[in-house]
Amino acid sequence: MSAVAGTHAQDHHHGPASGISRWLLTTNHKDIGSMYLIFSFTMFLLGGTMAMVIRAELFQPGLQIVQPEFFNQMTTMHGLIMVFGAVMPAFVGLANWMIPLMIGAPDMALPRMNNWSFWLLPCAFLILVSTLFMEGGAPNFGWTFYAPLSTTYGPPSTTFFIFAIHIMGVSSIMGAINVIATVLNMRAPGMTLMKMPMFVWTWLITAFLLIAVMPVLAGVVTMMLMDINFGTSFFNAAGGGDPVLFQHVFWFFGHPEVYIMILPAFGAISQIIPAFSRKRLFGYAFMVYATGAIALLSFLVWAHHMFTVGVPLAGQLFFMYATLLIAVPTGVKVFNWVATMFRGSLTLEAPMLFAIAFVILFSIGGFSGLMLAIAPADFQYHDTYFVVAHFHYVLVPGAIFGIFASAYFWLPKWTGYMYDETLAKTHFWLSFVGMNLAFFPMHFLGLAGMPRRIPDYALQFADFNMVSSIGAFMFGATQLLFLLIVVKCARGGVKAPAKPWEGAEGLEWEVPSPAPYHTFTTPPDVK
Amino acid sequence: MRVHAQRVGALLGGLLFPALSMADWTVNMTPGVTGTSNDIFNLHMTIFWICVAIGVVVFGIMFWSIFAHRKSQGAKPANFHENTMVEILWTLIPLVILVIMAIPATATLIDMYDTTESDIDIKVTGYQWKWQYEYINEDFGYFSNLTTPSDQIRNRQAKGENYLLEVDNPMVIPVGKKVRFLLTANDVIHSWWVPDFGVKKDAIPGFINEAWTRVDKPGTYRGQCTELCGKDHGFMPVVVKAVPEEEYNTWVADQKAAAEKERELTQKDWTMEELMERGKTAYATACAACHQADGSGAPPAFPALRGSAIATGDMAAHIDVVVNGVSGTAMQAFGGQLNEADLAAIITYERNAWGNKMGDMVTPKEIFDYKNQQ
Repeated sequence: MSAVAGTHAQDHHHGPASGISRWLLTTNHKDIGSMYLIFSFTMFLLGGTMAMVIRAELFQPGLQIVQPEFFNQMTTMHGLIMVFGAVMPAFVGLANWMIPLMIGAPDMALPRMNNWSFWLLPCAFLILVSTLFMEGGAPNFGWTFYAPLSTTYGPPSTTFFIFAIHIMGVSSIMGAINVIATVLNMRAPGMTLMKMPMFVWTWLITAFLLIAVMPVLAGVVTMMLMDINFGTSFFNAAGGGDPVLFQHVFWFFGHPEVYIMILPAFGAISQIIPAFSRKRLFGYAFMVYATGAIALLSFLVWAHHMFTVGVPLAGQLFFMYATLLIAVPTGVKVFNWVATMFRGSLTLEAPMLFAIAFVILFSIGGFSGLMLAIAPADFQYHDTYFVVAHFHYVLVPGAIFGIFASAYFWLPKWTGYMYDETLAKTHFWLSFVGMNLAFFPMHFLGLAGMPRRIPDYALQFADFNMVSSIGAFMFGATQLLFLLIVVKCARGGVKAPAKPWEGAEGLEWEVPSPAPYHTFTTPPDVK
Repeated sequence: MRVHAQRVGALLGGLLFPALSMADWTVNMTPGVTGTSNDIFNLHMTIFWICVAIGVVVFGIMFWSIFAHRKSQGAKPANFHENTMVEILWTLIPLVILVIMAIPATATLIDMYDTTESDIDIKVTGYQWKWQYEYINEDFGYFSNLTTPSDQIRNRQAKGENYLLEVDNPMVIPVGKKVRFLLTANDVIHSWWVPDFGVKKDAIPGFINEAWTRVDKPGTYRGQCTELCGKDHGFMPVVVKAVPEEEYNTWVADQKAAAEKERELTQKDWTMEELMERGKTAYATACAACHQADGSGAPPAFPALRGSAIATGDMAAHIDVVVNGVSGTAMQAFGGQLNEADLAAIITYERNAWGNKMGDMVTPKEIFDYKNQQ
């Protein structure tokens, strides 16, 4: 009896360990969530620096700053780092922090695996970034690493790149398993699936997408590994292989991957818009169904990245129709967000500003996506800056604004202090203007005929490239302000109440701010 | 000092030139010059206006909510949060719009895929980093290389009007005829694009893709490679000259005669000087992109030739590398790309340039025999 009481007393005082071992050995979902978020922001700055190099070279026609070989390494590493290092870990970080708090669970279901899946990431990126210093340079074949450019013609560092991708894949799969196990097993009594917050729903669906497609990515890079080092010819036409097979396998991973990067943002926005509209989310059930529909359709559209590859007519038509179909559930989501705001009682704090910009600018990215889906027109758009504009519109004001909105929304819960609203609004407006200045002219460049992934361009593209570079520098510099705001908020300021937002709803607002190290050790009651 | 002043002048000129005289704020796709490109342009505009219309309605309602339903304006939140009728409606309306949009898109696509009954067939082969055009019914072909001087690219000279979009030998096609392109590649994937034709198709090693065009307006049309194909991906433009039929026929006759002349070069007796002179030019077009004009290369992908074991070693091994390439590396087999005279000249040049002093030479005839032995 006394032993039990003793353990209990110890538990009561159990807080974070001190020093570096707290972070190395932690199994606490909040610590791991913070580490994911910090790692993601570090990678965001690194990938952003590479984008600055790209935009500096493209500021004017001619080669000024870097050689074409290095330019290609920059575009490749920028893409890989932003996709796998910045956006995906940021959402895993948010999931770690918020899912247990939102469903009333004490922690993630598999805390040790959680620690392992995080610490794999710095290892993977250390390997990936180290390729920059290897003989022959870093991967230079684009983040889509099409064979045979990445196999027969790839630099010697390609094998390290493959190993890094394998490790990232293991990390992502473990993270996804953890989310599914947590959501399905650890919800507080009374929280049925259809009562879960949208963020939890979108993450549950994202986790299934991850488990489905990360092994496909692992498969395709393993085939590359065999081609490069063990004499196979999966993708080498001269050996009886098929370079197009690479693209089919890659995009079978790649298309669901783009939804992996956006669905959690959909979820976060579905929490934030109702909170600042002081009105319940419109059409919750349809939002859930739409997310599921998008996820299912994402498996059926991969060849729309390959319209110019020479897919037979029937295939071309199928993939065009299937792609157009995705606009329907995506439209439902946008309409529901607008209907949520309609006749609400709105205030425009930083999370809401980012959320509104998300809805508008993501929709613009969606519109250009709709245009790209029209196969005949895609023959003109494909591999031009129009595509670059399109995917940056869905990823920057989509995924990344979604992350900023979430960060401002939950910062008071994480730190216990309110962030500086004026600075945050400045961050928003500078990001908004810089981002549009950087990416909107890219639509014009693409329509005028500028191919993507070129270090130098014909003179008729000079003016818009200069505008775009100025916007990019502005957007890049602004992100240092975000760092300042977060550091300032973590160090102190106005104390945040348990529920700092008047219209916010959910279990996470029922625990104090900052959220104690251990929460919901006894499950809450959900009505 | 004077030279410096000139350089600075050229540099400044080069920097300001685009901003001053080339100010080009084109914001839209151009309709192009073919039926296909016009069809595409119309599809593009239709879907664009559909998007604009949807955007105006959705964002309009949203902005109305932002302005009118603000807490600071005293707005009280309404209670509604569900309406199945509305949900079904805004699922069905976009669906109908998409079906309407898919019909003309399907028709255009079917037309683009109809490569039958062509008048002229041209085989287009992508190489790192140039295009080869073979007129397969006429028995001649040639390479098309970028001609923009490196000094313009490196900002030591003012940039010309067709900067990066100019080649030595453009493709020539007759107006009013259906031209079929058969596209493939020799090394990595490339993509052949002429925006004014509405033709873009990937050139993939081991595959032959088909595309077609019919151009009615004579003129010079420019495009670029649009699939990342290595370091000089941005430097392999596509230039097509559409000319009246008589002009095309004369051109074909000239090309055939020139091809015949090239074949005769093999039989000629060559001196060391002639080979070195020809070698310098041929090296600049075929080899310098990787191995550099001064033979210094860009290791490890592109080894140096100056003082290299191959270029200063056994002649037979040197010929083998150039003619057959080195499998598993970026070194292509040039045996099929260059004629015997150029091969002999390049090999001789590599053995005797930049301080390589082998003093030996190989004649086109010997290359011819070497290739036939294999």
